[in-house]
Amino acid sequence: MACCTLCLPALMMLVLDLNTVESVWPLPQKLANSEERYPLSPTHFNFHYGEDQASIMTDCSLLDSAFTRYFPLIFPDLTSGNGVLPSTEEKAFSLVVTMQQKDCDGYPNEGSSERYQLNVSAGQAVLNSDTVWGALRGLETFSQLVQQDEDGTYFINKTEIEDFPSFQYRGILLDTSRHFLPLKAILNTLDAMAYSKFNVFHWHIVDDPSFPYQSRTFPDLSSKGAYHPMSHIYTQSDVRRVLTHARLRGIRVIPEFDSPGHTQSWGKGQPNLLTPCYKGSSPSGKFGPINPASALSYAFMSQFLKEVTSVFPDPYLHLGGDEVNFSCWQSNPDVRAFMHKMGFGKDYTKLESFYMENIVNITSNLNKTSIVWQDVFDYHERIPKDTILHIWKGLPAQYKAETSRMTKAGHRVLLGAPWYINHIAYGQDWRISYNVQPLNFPGTEEQKKLVIGGEVSMWGEYVDATNLSPRLWPRACAAAERLWSDESQTRSAEAAFPRLQAFRCSLLRRGVRAEPLSPGHCTNEYRGI
Amino acid sequence: MLAGLNFATLLLSVAVCQGSRYKDIDSETVSVDQGSTYGSLWPLPQQVSLSEVSFKLSSSSFRVVDAEGSSAGPSCNILQNAYRRYYEYVFGNARKTGHFKRKAATSELSELQVSITSGDSDCDGYPGATSDESYELTVDQPYAILKAPKVWGALRGLETFSQLVYEDEYGAKSINSSKIVDFPRFQHRGILLDTSRHFLPIKVILANLEAMSINKFNVFHWHIVDDPSFPYLSRTFPQLSQMGAYHPYTHVYTPGDVKMIIEFARLRGIRVVPEFDTPGHTQSWGKGQKDLLTPCYSGSTPSGTFGPVNPILNTTYDFMNLLFKEISEVFPDAYVHLGGDEVDFNCWKSNPDIQKWMDEHALGKDYAKLESFYIQKLLGIVAATKKGSMIWQEVFDNGVKLPADAVVNVWMGSGLQEEMFNVTAAGFTTILSAPWYLDYISYGQDWQRYYKVEPLDFKGSDAQNKLVIGGEACLWGEFVDSTNLTPRLWPRASAVGERLWSAKDVTDVNDAYSRLAKHRCRMVERGIPAEPLFTSFCRHEYKGN
Repeated sequence: MACCTLCLPALMMLVLDLNTVESVWPLPQKLANSEERYPLSPTHFNFHYGEDQASIMTDCSLLDSAFTRYFPLIFPDLTSGNGVLPSTEEKAFSLVVTMQQKDCDGYPNEGSSERYQLNVSAGQAVLNSDTVWGALRGLETFSQLVQQDEDGTYFINKTEIEDFPSFQYRGILLDTSRHFLPLKAILNTLDAMAYSKFNVFHWHIVDDPSFPYQSRTFPDLSSKGAYHPMSHIYTQSDVRRVLTHARLRGIRVIPEFDSPGHTQSWGKGQPNLLTPCYKGSSPSGKFGPINPASALSYAFMSQFLKEVTSVFPDPYLHLGGDEVNFSCWQSNPDVRAFMHKMGFGKDYTKLESFYMENIVNITSNLNKTSIVWQDVFDYHERIPKDTILHIWKGLPAQYKAETSRMTKAGHRVLLGAPWYINHIAYGQDWRISYNVQPLNFPGTEEQKKLVIGGEVSMWGEYVDATNLSPRLWPRACAAAERLWSDESQTRSAEAAFPRLQAFRCSLLRRGVRAEPLSPGHCTNEYRGI
Repeated sequence: MLAGLNFATLLLSVAVCQGSRYKDIDSETVSVDQGSTYGSLWPLPQQVSLSEVSFKLSSSSFRVVDAEGSSAGPSCNILQNAYRRYYEYVFGNARKTGHFKRKAATSELSELQVSITSGDSDCDGYPGATSDESYELTVDQPYAILKAPKVWGALRGLETFSQLVYEDEYGAKSINSSKIVDFPRFQHRGILLDTSRHFLPIKVILANLEAMSINKFNVFHWHIVDDPSFPYLSRTFPQLSQMGAYHPYTHVYTPGDVKMIIEFARLRGIRVVPEFDTPGHTQSWGKGQKDLLTPCYSGSTPSGTFGPVNPILNTTYDFMNLLFKEISEVFPDAYVHLGGDEVDFNCWKSNPDIQKWMDEHALGKDYAKLESFYIQKLLGIVAATKKGSMIWQEVFDNGVKLPADAVVNVWMGSGLQEEMFNVTAAGFTTILSAPWYLDYISYGQDWQRYYKVEPLDFKGSDAQNKLVIGGEACLWGEFVDSTNLTPRLWPRASAVGERLWSAKDVTDVNDAYSRLAKHRCRMVERGIPAEPLFTSFCRHEYKGN
C-alpha cells in the first residue's frame, strides 16, 4: 500500500489531517473512517450506475445532471490536480451508484427516503440508496469527503457511512414580499441548501408589502400589488425554474399564501377581497384582513388556490393564518352582522376560525395537506387532524409546551421558533441554533414522532439580495445539522466548531457568500464584494 | 480599541424573544417614507435651496468641463477621472442609445463647469488633515457651475451634483435649478477597516473607498496588521508577512497593492492612515521577527508563548526605526496611527529580565510606566520621520508625554464624556470612535443610534470643541470578511457620514430615513451591495450574488 511507504513529514501531515477527516456537514448518522487514503485524479474519475441497475438506470436524467454538478464540486481546482499525478491505471476511481427504486422523474415529498450507504475503498466508492433523493445526499457527502493535500492532489480516506436524516422536514423560509429577491438569489440559496442537506424551501412568496407572484388567473394581483409590475415579479416560468432547480437537488418547494391577515398587497389587484375598515359609520378608506363574511372571498380563494396547487407540485401548502388583527373586522357593520348571524357573539377568533376552516377545506378538496402557523391552533377548536402546525412563537419553555399540546392533540408539528435567523446579534449566535433540542418536550414516544422537523426563517424586513447570503450562511448550517444528525453525537457546539469552519470554507470555494465565524482565513476567499 | 466584551455575555444577551412573527415593535418606529424636501441628498449639504424649475440632461450632449479660469486643467487627473466617474453614475447604462436628432430643448442643462478658484488646485497632491473640501454649486441655465478652492471640494461637489440628478417617469435624467453652499462640519471623517483578523481582497477595499467617497468620508484608517495576521509586505522586513500573514502570497498586500489603494483613495480625496499597532496586538509580528516580542515565563522558565513587544531591548527600537522609516515612505499621509491599546501586562510581569530592568530603572511594579517608556521612544522615532502620530486613548490616559500635534483616538464607551473633556482640556486634537463600532450588530434600524450621536456632547469650552476634529466608524474584523463587509458597513456608516459632514441641527430621523433609503438604492445601483434599511424596494435591485 502506498500509505506504508510514506515518509515522515507525510505521516505527520496525516495526523494533522485527522481533524479534517470528519469534515462532513451535517454529520452522518454512522461514520467510520481510517487513515488509509486513496488519491483521486479528475482525469481518472468516473461515476457509474451499479451493474445490476445498468439496464434501468441509464436514463436517470436527475442523477446524470447531479454527476455533472458534482464533478467540479469534487474537483474544484482541476488545474492543480492535473499533471501532479502520473496518469496510471491504478489511480482510476469510480463512484458506483445503486438505487432500489427508479423514481427519477418525480418530485421529492414527505415520504421520500433520503437514506444512503457509502463505502469508500481502494479504487471505488459504492453508494447505495433506496431512492434518487438518497443518492443525492450521498453524492453530497462523497463530495465533502474528497480533500486536497498541500500539493493540490485530491484524496479520499477509507470510509464507511450509513446515513439518514433524523427529521424528514428540514426547511428554509425566504420572504420575497418585504424585499423582492431576484431569481438568482433564490437559486443560489437552493444550491447552498443542498450542500447542507436542507430539503424544503418554504417560499413565503407574498405578504402585506408586495405581491410578486404573477398569477395566471388573477394577473392584477402582481400587476397592481408587486413593487413593480415588470421587474419585481416571479413569472410562471420563474416559478418553474425554481421548482426544477429545487427538484434536481431533492428540495421540495412549499409556497405560502398567507391569509386572512398579511394580505394588504392582495387588495390592490383584487377589489372587494379585503375588509373595508370603518371609522364610525363610514368606510375609512383603509382595509383589513380578507373579508370572511363575503362569499366572494371564498370563491376567489377557491379559484386562486386551485391555480396555486396546479403550479406547485408539492402535496403541502402553507396557508399562513397568523397575526390577524381584529380591529378592522370589528369596525365593519357587515362583518358584525355576519358574526351575529353565525352566533359568534363578540368572539372574533371564532370568525377567524370559520375562515381558516373554509380555506383548509378548500385545500384538502384540492388534495393538499395544509400547514398553518400556530395561531390557528391556539384559537381554534376544530382543525382537521392532518393539518400540520408551524410553531413560531416564544422562548424555549413556551415552544416546548406548545409542541407538547399540539402533539397531544395528534397534530404533526413543524418547529420554527428557535431558528428566526433574521434576528441577528454580535458573535457566534449559530451556537444557540445548534443547541436546540427539538424533541426535548414533555410527551410520549408517539408525540415525539409527530415532530416532523424544523425550519430556519429569514424574514425580509432587513434582508435583500445585498445581504441575504452572508446572513443565512453559515448560520443556517447549525439547524441543518440539528435536523439531520444524531443529536446524541452532536451535542457540543464546541466540538462542531472546527468542522463548521472547514465547511464554511468549502461553501466559499463553491461560491456561496458565507460569512466568517471567527478570525481566520480560508485558502480560497470569496472573490466578490 | 477592541471593546473587551466577553463572549459568554454576548451569547447570553442575544434576544430570543419575539413579540411578533415578523418584527420587533421598535423597528416600526420609522418605516413610513414621507419623502424629504431634500430628495436623496446624503449627507445633507450645509445650505441647500432647490427650485421647482427643472432641466433635462441628455446623455449625448451633457458634459462636465473645466471652467474658464479654473486653476486645474486637462492635466488634472483627479478631476478628469472624477468627471468620467460621475458622468457614468449620472447616466448609468442608458448612455448611447440610438435616437432621433432633436434640438436641445430650452429646458436642457448641457454643461457642468468646474472651477478651481485657488491658485494651487492641489491636483497633484494628497489630501491632508487641513485640506479644504468646501464648494459651491449653482445649477441654472445655461450651465451649472461648481466652484471650489481646491480639487477636494470639487470632488465633494461632483458627488452632490450627481445626487441632484433624478429620473422622471420616462426615464429621462432631470435636475432642478438649485444653489448649494457646502463644507464639512468636521474635518476628519474616517472609516476603519481591519485587514488582520480577516484578509480583505484589494477589490473589497477599493469598493469601500468608492462607497466612502459617495458618503463624503475622507479618511481610510487602515488597521492593517494585528495579532492574527500580518498581511503588509514590508520591503525592509519581508519575513514579517512571509511568516506572519495567513498566507505569504494570497493573503498579503504587496507594495504595488498599497500604492494602488493610496492612489485610488487620492483620486477620491481620501487619506490613507495606516495603523501599525504596538506594543500589544503584535502576535503576528513575532512570527517573522525573532526577539521582537517578550518571552513569557511560567515560573522560572520560558513558557513558549510571547507577549507584547519587548520594550527593554535596543534591538526593538532599531527594528521600529527601520520599519517606521519604511512606513513613512510608503504612506504619504502626514499621520501614522501607532495604536497603543489594550496592552496585557501579565507577560511582562512574568519575564525576569523585564523585572530586573524595571528595578534598575526604578519603575517598581508600574507596568503602565513601562508601556509609556516604550510609546515615548516610538513617538520619537515617528517624529524623526516627519510624521504626526495618532494613538488610541490609553496612551493619553497613561500619562505619556505626547507631542503637541498628536491625535488622540477615543474608543471606550464608558466614561466617554469625561475622556473627551480631559483630552481636549489637555489641548490635544481628538477623534471620536466610541459610539460608532459598527462591528457590533443588532436587529433592526441601528443606524438611527449612530445618527443620533452628537460628537460635542460633553461639557467643554469652545476651544475644546474645536479640538474634536471628527470621528471614525470602525468595522473590526472578527466576524467580517469579503463575504459580508460591504452590506454590513453600508448604509450604517452613512449615518456617521452625515453626522460628521452636515450641520449640527440636521437631526430629523424621519427626513434622514427618506433620504437614506434613496441613497442606499443609489449605492446599490452603483454596484455597492448596501443593505436595506427596512421593508422596501429599489428600482434596480442588487444584481450580484
